[in-house]
Amino acid sequence: MTHFKKSLGIGLWFMFLTFPLMVVRVNTIDNVIEWRWSNVVWVGACAAAIAWLWQFSIERRAARHAAALADPHPQAKRHTLAQRLSDDPALTRRALIVAGLLAVVFPWVTSTTQNFYHINVMVSALIFVVLGLGLNITVGLAGLLDLGYIAFFAVGAYTYALLGQHLALGFWICLPLGGLVSMLFGLVLGFPILRLRGDYLAIVTLGFGSITKIILENWDTAFGGAAGIAGIARPEFFGMTLEGRMQSVYTYYIVLALVAATIFIVTRLKNSRIGRAWMALREDEIACEAMGVDMARTKLSAYALGAFWAGLVGVVFAAHNTFINPDSFTFMDSAMVLAMVVLGGMGSILGVIIAALTLKLLPEYLRAFAEYRMLVFGAVMVLMMIFRPQGLINDMRRKYELDTADDADGGDDNGK
Amino acid sequence: MANERRKLLEVSGLTMDFGGLRAIDSVGLDIHAGEIVALIGPNGAGKTTFFNCVTGIYTPTAGDIVIAPPDGSSRRINGLKPNAITSLGMARTFQNIRLFPAMTVLENVMIGRHCRTRSSILDVIVGGARTRREERETVATSYRLLEKVGLADLAGEYARNLSYGAQRRLEIARALATEPFLLLLDEPAAGMNPQETLELEALIARIRTDNELAILLIEHDMKLVMNISDRITVMEYGKKIAEGTPREIKENPKVIEAYLGEEAHA
Ligand SMILES: Nc1ncnc2c1ncn2[C@@H]1O[C@H](COP(=O)(O)OP(=O)(O)OP(=O)(O)O)[C@@H](O)[C@H]1O
Ligand SMILES: [Mg+2]
Repeated sequence: MTHFKKSLGIGLWFMFLTFPLMVVRVNTIDNVIEWRWSNVVWVGACAAAIAWLWQFSIERRAARHAAALADPHPQAKRHTLAQRLSDDPALTRRALIVAGLLAVVFPWVTSTTQNFYHINVMVSALIFVVLGLGLNITVGLAGLLDLGYIAFFAVGAYTYALLGQHLALGFWICLPLGGLVSMLFGLVLGFPILRLRGDYLAIVTLGFGSITKIILENWDTAFGGAAGIAGIARPEFFGMTLEGRMQSVYTYYIVLALVAATIFIVTRLKNSRIGRAWMALREDEIACEAMGVDMARTKLSAYALGAFWAGLVGVVFAAHNTFINPDSFTFMDSAMVLAMVVLGGMGSILGVIIAALTLKLLPEYLRAFAEYRMLVFGAVMVLMMIFRPQGLINDMRRKYELDTADDADGGDDNGK
Repeated sequence: MANERRKLLEVSGLTMDFGGLRAIDSVGLDIHAGEIVALIGPNGAGKTTFFNCVTGIYTPTAGDIVIAPPDGSSRRINGLKPNAITSLGMARTFQNIRLFPAMTVLENVMIGRHCRTRSSILDVIVGGARTRREERETVATSYRLLEKVGLADLAGEYARNLSYGAQRRLEIARALATEPFLLLLDEPAAGMNPQETLELEALIARIRTDNELAILLIEHDMKLVMNISDRITVMEYGKKIAEGTPREIKENPKVIEAYLGEEAHA
């Protein structure tokens, strides 16, 4: 009951707050003031409903928390979807197959020969999935905050654009080249910042991102300045250039393959000696070094690999758009990719994919509400931070199989 | 008993300045194979700083740290990076526990295997037979170490969820995973109850014989120190004030003076 009263109060308060905005409108054409009284009712009702839901979920969360604390067997915790997936390889395989099939048929069911808007939207979203997975290595796994990640994306895109323009190199040669050039930039940037942590690292990477954009904008002769580079070749298909819908479908499959490869490789790395070293670095640098992990090497590898994916997918981005200019590589884009990693749950591959798709697709399909997009975006962020500060998907720790048959041959080296 | 054994670590004239503060003043210390040596002294005596110098976390202002691993080589390790020193065969635990809290207990130990395994990024992506075998061995070795310290049941638990005593034992297991010939323990019994301390004592003794390693131990629990050490070095205000067997140390007037008020412990 107190909830109900409180919600009503909040509803009234919002009616009052939004009164000038939602009710009064000056019609400048007829020079009259319109009073839109019905709006006030809507605002009040919605605010009250949201407030009530809000209190309800806060209460439930507190209850769940208390229950978890009282639970004497932490092992028998409520099984989340991610937990079930990671516990049951057969289920994981089935889920993967279904997701894969859906992804493969997607371009055919959502498009016609005239209208393939959805494919293009999905290509942009998948590009950001790869970006998110790449940054997930640097930020999510190794814990190195990077606020200028999009610069590596730009390096890849411009590498392709320039190589295509000056040397007429094709997409398939440039794809690995873009990744490698970007990785080189990652290494070059990585060296000086090896000793930095936290805030300092954030500032330097932020600077790197901005400097990259400024150079691209102002060096007209080399990078086309603010106007950018146009007429970039689309990916060629065995020497042919496809047209229209087929071209989009083809690009879609290229990014999809890239996403699959990224997932595969990042998963392998994560569950390996390398990935564990990254995570240990994130957890405690001093202990990590004292346990025999070469910090410089580990940091550089995380940085360079993150940059590699950005460069790779930058090439695809340039090829897909056929036109690039510095405006595609702003701080907002870096922040967007970072938001994907943080919202998805640091280190969780599934979480990053979901977050990336949501953050890219929602605004695209919410274009009708373009004015409120940032509002909704902000609200979602705030809600996330309150209800799931650890991200959408908890990074489930892998359970390691202990192979007892193996004991015999591996047993002589240490700690019998 | 120690003198006929091989010297594993020889520290001489070790000095460490922090600005104007001389935290360690020309301290020397030897450790021989199979020995348990204790480093004791009042709070702020410079014991942890000594560890940090020996394990490469600090670069000492002056002095020599020479190690002679069992393989017969010998080298001065001043200024080497911590990971290089660990690879050479010295591993440590931390006074203020430094585990990897968001990793599982097993993974914490597996990190210790990092410097003893070789798989590169490419190896991991390709996932060849050698890499998979190495990974299996890492798991098996780490698991055995957990069994040794009595944490095998908690292998899948996050390290941050362990009790204080269990975290200290996990640190020991993690250090052992690096296959050290010399183990440095910084107050392993701090925060443990008497029962846990007794178990720890047994564990340390077992580690020494099973893994054939020497142990350098910082500890405030005098009962533990007196029971387990072959030799004891006492520091106060950065200086070494005494050295000897537990019995000699107990009767040393300088030590009694330094520990005045803490005598009840011993
Ligand atoms: N990084 C540092 N910078 C400046 N002073 C330091 C630093 N580390 C240690 N000290 C100082 O060196 C002295 C020795 O500290 P240390 O931690 O080695 O003592 P300790 O013998 O381990 O004491 P405790 O028994 O309390 O652990 C102290 O006065 C301490 O304040
Ligand atoms: Mg100390």
